[in-house]
Amino acid sequence: MTRGPRWTLKVDPIRCQAHGLCAELLPEVVDLDEWGYPLLPGEVPPLLLSEARAAAAGCPTLALRLVHTD
Amino acid sequence: MNRPATPTGDHRLLAAWSDTGRPDSYDAHLARHGNPPNADGRAWRERLIAEVTHSGLGGRGGAGFPTGRKLAAVAAGRGRKVVVANGCESDPGTHKDRVLAQYSPHLILDGALMAAAALHTNDIFLCAHRDGPTYQALGQALTQRPDADRFSLVDIPARFVASEESSLANFLSGGDARPTSKPPRVFESGVAGRPTLVSNIETLAHISLIARYGAEWFRSLGTGPSPGTALVTVGGAVRTPGVLEVAYGAALPDLVASVGGASEPLQALLIGGYSGCWVPDSVARTLHFSHEELRAAGTTVGVGSVLALPAGACGIAETARILSYLAGESASQCGPCMFGLPAITADFAAMASGAGANDRALAARLQGRLSVIAGRGACGHPDGAVRLAESALRTFAVDVDAHLHGRPCRGAGALPFLPIPRRALSLVG
Ligand code: SF4
Ligand code: SF4
Repeated sequence: MTRGPRWTLKVDPIRCQAHGLCAELLPEVVDLDEWGYPLLPGEVPPLLLSEARAAAAGCPTLALRLVHTD
Repeated sequence: MNRPATPTGDHRLLAAWSDTGRPDSYDAHLARHGNPPNADGRAWRERLIAEVTHSGLGGRGGAGFPTGRKLAAVAAGRGRKVVVANGCESDPGTHKDRVLAQYSPHLILDGALMAAAALHTNDIFLCAHRDGPTYQALGQALTQRPDADRFSLVDIPARFVASEESSLANFLSGGDARPTSKPPRVFESGVAGRPTLVSNIETLAHISLIARYGAEWFRSLGTGPSPGTALVTVGGAVRTPGVLEVAYGAALPDLVASVGGASEPLQALLIGGYSGCWVPDSVARTLHFSHEELRAAGTTVGVGSVLALPAGACGIAETARILSYLAGESASQCGPCMFGLPAITADFAAMASGAGANDRALAARLQGRLSVIAGRGACGHPDGAVRLAESALRTFAVDVDAHLHGRPCRGAGALPFLPIPRRALSLVG
Protein backbone atom coordinates (compact mmCIF):
# COMPACT_ATOMS: atom_id res chain seq x y z
CA MET A 1 0.00 0.00 0.00
CA THR A 2 1.28 3.45 -0.76
CA ARG A 3 0.54 6.51 1.23
CA GLY A 4 1.39 10.14 0.85
CA PRO A 5 3.77 12.07 3.02
CA ARG A 6 2.72 12.72 6.59
CA TRP A 7 2.65 16.18 8.03
CA THR A 8 2.86 17.44 11.60
CA LEU A 9 2.52 20.89 13.10
CA LYS A 10 5.47 21.92 15.24
CA VAL A 11 5.68 24.98 17.41
CA ASP A 12 8.86 26.74 18.46
CA PRO A 13 8.05 27.21 22.15
CA ILE A 14 10.39 30.18 22.54
CA ARG A 15 8.80 32.10 19.67
CA CYS A 16 5.19 31.25 20.48
CA GLN A 17 3.52 34.13 22.31
CA ALA A 18 0.15 32.47 22.89
CA HIS A 19 -1.68 34.61 20.37
CA GLY A 20 -3.96 31.65 19.81
CA LEU A 21 -4.55 32.45 16.16
CA CYS A 22 -3.62 28.89 15.23
CA ALA A 23 -6.47 27.50 17.30
CA GLU A 24 -8.86 29.95 15.63
CA LEU A 25 -7.74 29.03 12.13
CA LEU A 26 -7.59 25.31 12.79
CA PRO A 27 -9.99 24.52 15.60
CA GLU A 28 -10.40 20.89 14.44
CA VAL A 29 -6.76 20.20 15.21
CA VAL A 30 -5.30 22.75 17.62
CA ASP A 31 -6.37 23.08 21.23
CA LEU A 32 -5.01 25.65 23.61
CA ASP A 33 -3.83 24.81 27.11
CA GLU A 34 -5.09 26.81 30.10
CA TRP A 35 -2.33 29.37 29.52
CA GLY A 36 -3.21 29.88 25.87
CA TYR A 37 -0.40 27.88 24.28
CA PRO A 38 -1.19 25.41 21.51
CA LEU A 39 -1.49 21.66 22.07
CA LEU A 40 -0.64 20.13 18.74
CA PRO A 41 -1.84 16.86 17.24
CA GLY A 42 0.56 14.16 16.13
CA GLU A 43 -0.42 14.18 12.51
CA VAL A 44 -2.45 16.64 10.44
CA PRO A 45 -5.22 14.85 8.52
CA PRO A 46 -4.74 15.25 4.75
CA LEU A 47 -8.07 17.04 4.36
CA LEU A 48 -6.91 19.80 6.69
CA LEU A 49 -3.50 20.36 5.13
CA SER A 50 -4.34 23.62 3.45
CA GLU A 51 -5.87 25.00 6.64
CA ALA A 52 -2.76 23.86 8.53
CA ARG A 53 -0.58 25.64 6.01
CA ALA A 54 -2.67 28.78 6.45
CA ALA A 55 -2.38 28.56 10.22
CA ALA A 56 1.40 28.24 10.00
CA ALA A 57 1.59 31.19 7.65
CA GLY A 58 -0.76 33.20 9.84
CA CYS A 59 1.15 32.78 13.11
CA PRO A 60 2.15 36.34 14.06
CA THR A 61 5.51 35.24 15.47
CA LEU A 62 6.30 32.61 12.82
CA ALA A 63 6.43 30.04 15.61
CA LEU A 64 4.35 27.45 13.81
CA ARG A 65 5.71 25.18 11.08
CA LEU A 66 4.21 22.38 9.08
CA VAL A 67 6.84 19.69 8.78
CA HIS A 68 7.23 16.54 6.78
CA THR A 69 7.55 13.40 8.86
CA ASP A 70 8.00 10.77 6.18
CA MET B 1 58.77 7.81 30.76
CA ASN B 2 57.68 4.32 31.72
CA ARG B 3 53.98 3.88 31.45
CA PRO B 4 52.54 3.36 34.93
CA ALA B 5 50.62 0.19 35.66
CA THR B 6 47.02 -0.09 34.48
CA PRO B 7 44.76 0.82 37.39
CA THR B 8 42.75 -1.86 39.13
CA GLY B 9 39.95 -1.45 41.65
CA ASP B 10 36.82 0.66 41.75
CA HIS B 11 38.51 4.01 42.32
CA ARG B 12 39.37 5.06 38.83
CA LEU B 13 38.47 8.73 38.91
CA LEU B 14 38.98 9.18 42.64
CA ALA B 15 42.22 7.18 42.97
CA ALA B 16 44.04 10.25 44.29
CA TRP B 17 41.50 10.66 47.01
CA SER B 18 41.44 6.97 47.98
CA ASP B 19 45.26 6.56 47.89
CA THR B 20 46.39 9.80 49.48
CA GLY B 21 43.33 11.73 50.60
CA ARG B 22 44.79 14.65 48.64
CA PRO B 23 44.26 16.08 45.18
CA ASP B 24 46.68 14.92 42.49
CA SER B 25 49.03 17.71 41.42
CA TYR B 26 50.05 17.62 37.76
CA ASP B 27 53.23 15.73 38.66
CA ALA B 28 51.38 13.23 40.83
CA HIS B 29 48.83 12.79 38.05
CA LEU B 30 51.58 12.06 35.49
CA ALA B 31 53.24 9.63 37.90
CA ARG B 32 49.92 7.84 38.30
CA HIS B 33 48.71 7.78 34.69
CA GLY B 34 51.53 8.92 32.41
CA ASN B 35 50.88 11.29 29.52
CA PRO B 36 47.74 10.77 27.47
CA PRO B 37 48.45 9.27 24.03
CA ASN B 38 49.63 11.55 21.24
CA ALA B 39 47.08 12.48 18.64
CA ASP B 40 48.29 11.11 15.37
CA GLY B 41 46.31 11.66 12.21
CA ARG B 42 42.88 10.81 10.98
CA ALA B 43 43.05 7.05 11.58
CA TRP B 44 44.06 7.72 15.18
CA ARG B 45 41.10 10.06 15.64
CA GLU B 46 38.69 7.53 14.21
CA ARG B 47 40.13 4.82 16.44
CA LEU B 48 39.71 6.95 19.55
CA ILE B 49 36.06 7.65 18.73
CA ALA B 50 35.53 3.94 18.01
CA GLU B 51 37.17 3.07 21.32
CA VAL B 52 34.89 5.46 23.25
CA THR B 53 31.90 4.03 21.38
CA HIS B 54 32.96 0.46 22.16
CA SER B 55 33.51 1.35 25.83
CA GLY B 56 29.78 2.05 26.15
CA LEU B 57 30.51 5.27 28.09
CA GLY B 58 27.33 7.28 28.61
CA GLY B 59 27.18 10.98 29.44
CA ARG B 60 27.27 11.78 33.15
CA GLY B 61 25.48 15.12 33.10
CA GLY B 62 21.96 13.72 33.33
CA ALA B 63 20.78 12.36 29.99
CA GLY B 64 23.18 9.42 29.75
CA PHE B 65 23.47 9.68 25.97
CA PRO B 66 26.19 7.43 24.47
CA THR B 67 29.35 9.53 24.34
CA GLY B 68 30.86 7.75 21.33
CA ARG B 69 27.78 8.51 19.22
CA LYS B 70 27.87 12.13 20.30
CA LEU B 71 31.55 12.42 19.38
CA ALA B 72 30.87 10.82 16.01
CA ALA B 73 27.96 13.18 15.35
CA VAL B 74 30.11 16.23 16.09
CA ALA B 75 33.00 14.81 14.05
CA ALA B 76 30.66 14.37 11.07
CA GLY B 77 29.75 18.07 11.10
CA ARG B 78 31.31 20.63 8.75
CA GLY B 79 34.05 23.06 9.68
CA ARG B 80 36.03 23.54 12.85
CA LYS B 81 34.70 21.86 15.99
CA VAL B 82 34.42 23.13 19.56
CA VAL B 83 34.72 21.24 22.85
CA VAL B 84 32.79 22.50 25.87
CA ALA B 85 33.52 20.89 29.24
CA ASN B 86 30.45 21.35 31.40
CA GLY B 87 31.34 21.69 35.07
CA CYS B 88 28.38 23.82 36.12
CA GLU B 89 26.71 21.14 38.28
CA SER B 90 23.59 23.18 38.87
CA ASP B 91 21.55 20.56 40.73
CA PRO B 92 21.49 21.64 44.40
CA GLY B 93 21.73 18.07 45.74
CA THR B 94 24.71 16.99 43.66
CA HIS B 95 28.41 17.43 44.39
CA LYS B 96 30.17 14.77 42.35
CA ASP B 97 31.60 17.10 39.72
CA ARG B 98 33.13 19.47 42.25
CA VAL B 99 34.68 16.57 44.16
CA LEU B 100 36.14 15.22 40.92
CA ALA B 101 37.49 18.67 39.99
CA GLN B 102 39.03 19.05 43.42
CA TYR B 103 40.76 15.65 43.58
CA SER B 104 41.44 14.74 39.95
CA PRO B 105 41.30 17.93 37.89
CA HIS B 106 43.93 16.71 35.45
CA LEU B 107 41.79 13.77 34.35
CA ILE B 108 39.14 16.30 33.32
CA LEU B 109 41.66 18.46 31.48
CA ASP B 110 43.25 15.46 29.75
CA GLY B 111 39.79 14.26 28.78
CA ALA B 112 38.97 17.61 27.22
CA LEU B 113 42.27 17.45 25.30
CA MET B 114 41.48 13.92 24.10
CA ALA B 115 38.00 14.95 22.96
CA ALA B 116 39.51 17.94 21.16
CA ALA B 117 42.12 15.68 19.56
CA ALA B 118 39.40 13.26 18.43
CA LEU B 119 37.57 16.20 16.86
CA HIS B 120 40.74 17.73 15.41
CA THR B 121 40.28 21.09 17.08
CA ASN B 122 42.10 23.41 19.47
CA ASP B 123 39.03 25.13 20.86
CA ILE B 124 38.30 24.03 24.42
CA PHE B 125 36.05 25.88 26.85
CA LEU B 126 35.87 24.89 30.51
CA CYS B 127 32.57 26.04 31.97
CA ALA B 128 31.82 26.49 35.66
CA HIS B 129 30.46 29.05 38.12
CA ARG B 130 33.22 31.42 39.19
CA ASP B 131 32.20 31.31 42.86
CA GLY B 132 32.07 27.54 42.98
CA PRO B 133 34.76 24.99 43.87
CA THR B 134 34.96 23.50 40.35
CA TYR B 135 36.03 26.80 38.80
CA GLN B 136 38.62 27.32 41.53
CA ALA B 137 39.96 23.78 41.26
CA LEU B 138 40.27 23.83 37.47
CA GLY B 139 41.89 27.27 37.60
CA GLN B 140 44.39 26.03 40.16
CA ALA B 141 45.13 22.89 38.12
CA LEU B 142 45.76 24.97 34.99
CA THR B 143 48.55 26.86 36.77
CA GLN B 144 50.41 23.54 37.09
CA ARG B 145 50.27 22.60 33.41
CA PRO B 146 52.58 23.51 30.57
CA ASP B 147 49.62 23.38 28.16
CA ALA B 148 47.35 25.71 30.16
CA ASP B 149 46.94 28.10 27.22
CA ARG B 150 44.97 25.45 25.34
CA PHE B 151 41.99 25.95 27.67
CA SER B 152 39.61 28.87 28.19
CA LEU B 153 38.04 28.81 31.64
CA VAL B 154 34.70 30.62 31.48
CA ASP B 155 32.41 31.85 34.27
CA ILE B 156 28.81 30.71 33.65
CA PRO B 157 25.89 32.41 35.45
CA ALA B 158 24.73 30.33 38.41
CA ARG B 159 21.28 29.45 37.09
CA PHE B 160 19.91 25.94 36.69
CA VAL B 161 19.25 26.03 32.95
CA ALA B 162 22.40 28.05 32.16
CA SER B 163 24.24 24.74 31.91
CA GLU B 164 21.86 23.20 29.37
CA GLU B 165 23.90 22.54 26.23
CA SER B 166 22.26 25.12 23.99
CA SER B 167 22.46 27.70 26.82
CA LEU B 168 26.20 27.17 27.08
CA ALA B 169 26.64 27.34 23.33
CA ASN B 170 24.58 30.52 23.12
CA PHE B 171 26.47 32.10 26.02
CA LEU B 172 29.86 31.19 24.54
CA SER B 173 28.68 32.74 21.26
CA GLY B 174 28.05 36.03 23.03
CA GLY B 175 24.35 35.60 23.85
CA ASP B 176 22.34 34.91 27.00
CA ALA B 177 22.89 31.74 29.01
CA ARG B 178 19.39 30.55 28.08
CA PRO B 179 18.38 27.57 25.97
CA THR B 180 17.73 28.15 22.29
CA SER B 181 15.20 26.51 19.98
CA LYS B 182 15.91 23.07 18.53
CA PRO B 183 16.71 22.30 15.80
CA PRO B 184 19.55 22.95 15.43
CA ARG B 185 21.15 20.82 18.11
CA VAL B 186 24.59 21.90 19.31
CA PHE B 187 26.33 18.96 17.64
CA GLU B 188 25.27 20.49 14.31
CA SER B 189 25.47 24.16 15.18
CA GLY B 190 26.67 25.22 18.60
CA VAL B 191 29.30 27.77 19.61
CA ALA B 192 29.51 30.38 16.84
CA GLY B 193 27.51 28.03 14.62
CA ARG B 194 30.20 25.37 14.75
CA PRO B 195 29.64 21.66 15.53
CA THR B 196 30.05 21.50 19.30
CA LEU B 197 30.61 18.74 21.81
CA VAL B 198 29.13 19.67 25.18
CA SER B 199 30.27 17.09 27.68
CA ASN B 200 29.99 16.79 31.44
CA ILE B 201 33.39 16.88 33.18
CA GLU B 202 32.99 13.39 34.67
CA THR B 203 32.36 12.08 31.16
CA LEU B 204 35.55 13.75 29.94
CA ALA B 205 37.55 12.28 32.82
CA HIS B 206 36.39 8.80 31.76
CA ILE B 207 37.43 9.58 28.17
CA SER B 208 40.94 10.37 29.37
CA LEU B 209 41.16 6.92 30.98
CA ILE B 210 39.61 5.11 28.00
CA ALA B 211 42.17 6.81 25.73
CA ARG B 212 44.94 5.43 27.95
CA TYR B 213 43.69 2.01 29.02
CA GLY B 214 41.12 1.10 26.38
CA ALA B 215 37.49 0.14 26.09
CA GLU B 216 37.92 -3.40 27.41
CA TRP B 217 39.52 -2.09 30.57
CA PHE B 218 36.63 0.37 30.96
CA ARG B 219 34.05 -2.38 30.54
CA SER B 220 35.73 -4.68 33.06
CA LEU B 221 33.68 -2.99 35.78
CA GLY B 222 29.99 -2.24 35.80
CA THR B 223 27.17 -4.06 34.02
CA GLY B 224 26.68 -4.82 30.33
CA PRO B 225 24.29 -1.94 29.61
CA SER B 226 25.97 0.34 32.20
CA PRO B 227 29.71 -0.23 31.94
CA GLY B 228 32.37 1.41 34.10
CA THR B 229 32.30 3.28 37.35
CA ALA B 230 30.21 6.28 38.32
CA LEU B 231 30.46 9.09 40.80
CA VAL B 232 27.43 9.16 43.07
CA THR B 233 26.45 11.83 45.57
CA VAL B 234 24.79 10.15 48.55
CA GLY B 235 23.08 12.59 50.89
CA GLY B 236 20.03 13.37 52.97
CA ALA B 237 19.37 11.30 56.09
CA VAL B 238 22.68 9.42 56.09
CA ARG B 239 25.43 9.64 58.70
CA THR B 240 28.31 10.93 56.54
CA PRO B 241 26.94 12.36 53.28
CA GLY B 242 29.45 12.42 50.48
CA VAL B 243 30.52 11.39 47.00
CA LEU B 244 31.40 7.78 46.16
CA GLU B 245 32.87 6.15 43.11
CA VAL B 246 31.20 2.80 42.52
CA ALA B 247 30.99 0.28 39.73
CA TYR B 248 27.55 0.44 38.09
CA GLY B 249 25.44 -2.37 39.47
CA ALA B 250 26.33 -1.67 43.11
CA ALA B 251 23.41 -2.37 45.45
CA LEU B 252 21.65 0.80 46.64
CA PRO B 253 21.71 -0.36 50.29
CA ASP B 254 25.50 -0.73 49.93
CA LEU B 255 25.75 2.87 48.73
CA VAL B 256 23.85 4.01 51.79
CA ALA B 257 25.97 1.78 54.04
CA SER B 258 29.13 3.28 52.51
CA VAL B 259 28.19 6.69 53.88
CA GLY B 260 27.62 5.41 57.39
CA GLY B 261 24.10 4.11 56.83
CA ALA B 262 20.79 5.86 57.36
CA SER B 263 20.79 8.28 60.28
CA GLU B 264 17.11 7.57 60.95
CA PRO B 265 14.38 5.35 59.47
CA LEU B 266 13.83 6.21 55.80
CA GLN B 267 10.66 6.42 53.73
CA ALA B 268 11.99 7.16 50.24
CA LEU B 269 15.03 8.00 48.16
CA LEU B 270 15.23 10.77 45.58
CA ILE B 271 17.33 9.30 42.78
CA GLY B 272 18.79 11.17 39.83
CA GLY B 273 18.70 14.71 41.18
CA TYR B 274 16.00 17.34 41.58
CA SER B 275 14.77 16.41 38.10
CA GLY B 276 14.83 12.74 39.09
CA CYS B 277 12.28 10.53 40.82
CA TRP B 278 11.27 9.43 44.27
CA VAL B 279 11.40 5.72 44.99
CA PRO B 280 9.94 4.18 48.17
CA ASP B 281 12.61 2.93 50.54
CA SER B 282 11.15 -0.60 50.41
CA VAL B 283 11.71 -0.66 46.63
CA ALA B 284 15.09 1.06 46.76
CA ARG B 285 16.39 -1.67 49.06
CA THR B 286 16.02 -4.18 46.23
CA LEU B 287 17.66 -2.06 43.51
CA HIS B 288 21.13 -1.75 42.05
CA PHE B 289 22.58 1.47 40.75
CA SER B 290 22.50 1.03 36.97
CA HIS B 291 20.63 2.63 34.09
CA GLU B 292 18.67 -0.54 33.38
CA GLU B 293 17.48 -1.20 36.94
CA LEU B 294 16.69 2.38 37.78
CA ARG B 295 14.79 2.83 34.53
CA ALA B 296 12.77 -0.31 35.22
CA ALA B 297 11.95 1.08 38.67
CA GLY B 298 10.58 4.26 37.09
CA THR B 299 13.52 6.49 37.85
CA THR B 300 16.81 7.50 36.29
CA VAL B 301 20.54 7.68 37.04
CA GLY B 302 20.21 11.36 36.09
CA VAL B 303 22.95 13.43 37.69
CA GLY B 304 24.00 10.50 39.88
CA SER B 305 22.58 11.48 43.23
CA VAL B 306 20.80 9.43 45.87
CA LEU B 307 19.14 11.48 48.59
CA ALA B 308 17.52 9.74 51.54
CA LEU B 309 14.27 11.12 52.97
CA PRO B 310 13.59 10.26 56.62
CA ALA B 311 10.27 8.74 57.66
CA GLY B 312 9.47 11.86 59.68
CA ALA B 313 9.67 14.28 56.73
CA CYS B 314 6.76 15.08 54.40
CA GLY B 315 7.49 13.98 50.84
CA ILE B 316 4.78 16.26 49.49
CA ALA B 317 6.16 19.35 51.21
CA GLU B 318 9.69 18.47 50.10
CA THR B 319 8.49 18.02 46.53
CA ALA B 320 6.60 21.33 46.67
CA ARG B 321 9.81 23.08 47.67
CA ILE B 322 11.88 21.45 44.95
CA LEU B 323 9.19 22.28 42.37
CA SER B 324 9.21 25.85 43.59
CA TYR B 325 12.94 25.96 43.08
CA LEU B 326 12.65 24.46 39.58
CA ALA B 327 9.82 26.86 38.68
CA GLY B 328 11.99 29.77 39.77
CA GLU B 329 14.81 28.48 37.60
CA SER B 330 12.75 28.41 34.40
CA ALA B 331 14.34 30.60 31.77
CA SER B 332 10.82 32.04 31.24
CA GLN B 333 10.89 31.66 27.50
CA CYS B 334 8.33 28.90 26.86
CA GLY B 335 4.74 29.16 28.05
CA PRO B 336 4.22 25.58 29.25
CA CYS B 337 7.34 25.91 31.43
CA MET B 338 6.97 29.50 32.62
CA PHE B 339 3.29 29.09 33.52
CA GLY B 340 3.04 25.33 33.97
CA LEU B 341 5.75 24.92 36.61
CA PRO B 342 4.37 27.63 38.94
CA ALA B 343 0.90 26.09 38.49
CA ILE B 344 1.95 22.59 39.54
CA THR B 345 4.04 24.11 42.31
CA ALA B 346 0.96 25.90 43.64
CA ASP B 347 -1.03 22.66 43.50
CA PHE B 348 1.67 20.83 45.44
CA ALA B 349 1.98 23.66 47.94
CA ALA B 350 -1.78 23.64 48.53
CA MET B 351 -1.71 19.90 48.98
CA ALA B 352 1.25 20.10 51.38
CA SER B 353 -0.16 22.82 53.60
CA GLY B 354 -3.62 21.30 53.75
CA ALA B 355 -5.09 24.38 52.03
CA GLY B 356 -6.13 22.10 49.19
CA ALA B 357 -8.16 19.83 51.43
CA ASN B 358 -11.50 21.34 50.46
CA ASP B 359 -10.55 21.74 46.82
CA ARG B 360 -12.15 18.70 45.22
CA ALA B 361 -10.84 19.64 41.81
CA LEU B 362 -7.20 19.79 42.89
CA ALA B 363 -6.18 16.22 42.13
CA ALA B 364 -7.79 16.21 38.69
CA ARG B 365 -6.45 19.65 37.84
CA LEU B 366 -2.93 18.65 38.84
CA GLN B 367 -3.11 15.44 36.80
CA GLY B 368 -4.36 17.39 33.81
CA ARG B 369 -1.53 19.89 34.09
CA LEU B 370 1.11 17.20 34.50
CA SER B 371 -0.15 15.49 31.37
CA VAL B 372 0.27 18.54 29.10
CA ILE B 373 3.55 20.16 30.21
CA ALA B 374 6.28 17.66 29.32
CA GLY B 375 7.90 17.87 25.91
CA ARG B 376 6.61 21.37 25.22
CA GLY B 377 9.60 23.49 26.21
CA ALA B 378 12.72 24.29 24.23
CA CYS B 379 14.72 22.31 26.78
CA GLY B 380 14.10 19.38 29.11
CA HIS B 381 13.67 21.52 32.22
CA PRO B 382 9.87 21.21 32.50
CA ASP B 383 10.03 17.48 31.73
CA GLY B 384 12.25 16.96 34.77
CA ALA B 385 9.85 18.84 37.03
CA VAL B 386 6.90 16.80 35.75
CA ARG B 387 8.84 13.56 36.28
CA LEU B 388 9.59 14.56 39.86
CA ALA B 389 5.98 15.56 40.56
CA GLU B 390 4.55 12.35 39.10
CA SER B 391 6.97 10.23 41.10
CA ALA B 392 5.91 12.05 44.26
CA LEU B 393 2.24 11.29 43.59
CA ARG B 394 3.13 7.61 43.16
CA THR B 395 5.61 7.28 46.00
CA PHE B 396 3.67 9.28 48.58
CA ALA B 397 0.22 8.16 47.38
CA VAL B 398 -1.02 7.38 50.88
CA ASP B 399 0.07 10.80 52.15
CA VAL B 400 -1.39 12.52 49.09
CA ASP B 401 -4.74 10.98 49.87
CA ALA B 402 -4.51 11.99 53.54
CA HIS B 403 -3.52 15.58 52.66
CA LEU B 404 -6.41 15.85 50.21
CA HIS B 405 -8.81 14.68 52.92
CA GLY B 406 -7.62 17.24 55.43
CA ARG B 407 -5.24 14.97 57.30
CA PRO B 408 -1.73 16.22 56.51
CA CYS B 409 0.96 13.83 57.68
CA ARG B 410 3.00 14.58 60.77
CA GLY B 411 5.99 15.77 58.74
CA ALA B 412 4.12 18.54 56.92
CA GLY B 413 4.97 21.21 59.45
CA ALA B 414 8.58 20.09 59.79
CA LEU B 415 11.51 22.19 58.65
CA PRO B 416 12.65 21.71 55.06
CA PHE B 417 14.88 18.70 54.74
CA LEU B 418 16.51 18.73 51.31
CA PRO B 419 18.66 21.77 50.47
CA ILE B 420 16.96 24.48 48.42
CA PRO B 421 18.87 27.58 47.31
CA ARG B 422 17.45 30.62 49.05
CA ARG B 423 16.09 32.26 45.87
CA ALA B 424 13.23 29.77 45.67
CA LEU B 425 11.80 29.97 49.14
CA SER B 426 9.51 32.90 48.46
CA LEU B 427 7.20 30.83 46.24
CA VAL B 428 6.35 28.26 48.89
CA GLY B 429 6.28 29.29 52.55
S1 SF4 C 1 -0.55 31.47 16.39
FE1 SF4 C 1 1.63 31.22 16.73
S2 SF4 C 1 2.10 32.50 18.52
FE2 SF4 C 1 -0.11 32.20 18.44
S3 SF4 C 1 -0.49 30.44 19.79
FE3 SF4 C 1 -0.35 29.68 17.71
S4 SF4 C 1 1.81 29.17 17.51
FE4 SF4 C 1 1.69 30.45 19.30
S1 SF4 D 1 11.57 24.94 28.68
FE1 SF4 D 1 11.68 26.38 30.40
S2 SF4 D 1 13.81 26.43 30.99
FE2 SF4 D 1 13.72 25.45 28.97
S3 SF4 D 1 14.01 27.14 27.52
FE3 SF4 D 1 11.84 26.97 27.81
S4 SF4 D 1 11.32 28.38 29.49
FE4 SF4 D 1 13.53 28.06 29.51
